[in-house]
Amino acid sequence: MAFCIAVIGKDNAPLYLTTSDMEQELELQYHVNAALDVVEEKCLIGKGAPESKELYLGLLYSTENHKIYGFVTNTRVKFIVVIDSSNVALRENEVRAIFRNLHLLYTDAICNPFYIPGESLTSKKFDRAVQKLMSGTA
Amino acid sequence: MSEEILFDCLHAEIVNYCLDSNKEHDLATLEYIGFTTGYRLIERLTREVSRFKDELETMKFICTDFWMLIYKKQVDNLRTNNHGMYVVQDKAFRFLTRISPGTKQLEHAPKFVAFTCGLVRGALSNLGINSTVTAEVQSIPACKFHIEVNRN
Repeated sequence: MAFCIAVIGKDNAPLYLTTSDMEQELELQYHVNAALDVVEEKCLIGKGAPESKELYLGLLYSTENHKIYGFVTNTRVKFIVVIDSSNVALRENEVRAIFRNLHLLYTDAICNPFYIPGESLTSKKFDRAVQKLMSGTA
Repeated sequence: MSEEILFDCLHAEIVNYCLDSNKEHDLATLEYIGFTTGYRLIERLTREVSRFKDELETMKFICTDFWMLIYKKQVDNLRTNNHGMYVVQDKAFRFLTRISPGTKQLEHAPKFVAFTCGLVRGALSNLGINSTVTAEVQSIPACKFHIEVNRN
């Protein structure tokens, strides 16, 4: 149900990126990179405002074919999810659920002592779980 | 209660292991183990917490929720000079409560607080606060942690 799921580190270096369609990978990567500016803005402007207290940032921006949602953890790690615009069946709650699950998977991956913080995520377990999450079968 | 003793035992073993493997009684390894643990752990602990507004709020989290989860109690006192210096006081620090109070035991105290220094430093570091954490034990089981934020 999602097109692309990306994990971006605190210094905006991509830690993990996966797409459902290899053909579109470049375009989707571009969308993810563009979303980072919006994330930064959202985190800056709302300083002190109640809505900024939430980790889930909501819809960052949308294009003709895609909707881009964002999430920032307390440790400034960003999650970006790209979703098909034409899919009206997908509700906000489900997007939240994707982020919640993604956060769970990420914290598990981070706690692996063999993972070095700041390096890209190569864990197969993490990858499998994210693929499931992306196809909506999780 | 039985699962709580496991952490105490594990910590005691880590201390022994680290000090046995080097002869100079170097606490850096112990501190580093704490740092990596704190760095990874904080990601998990802040999962359900809303975003921190500023440094003080982060410190409060460390003193209440973080301390509660690890040491099963809150700290007794948090003081700050508002210039990046924080003093966290715990009057019955978990790793020191099983040691008898006395001057002879006092010299062994540093090795039981080094892990926690690292733990706090790691947690703060992942939350974007670069700091130096030192501990001071004047009488067992009370312990003071000095957190100095490096703002540059």
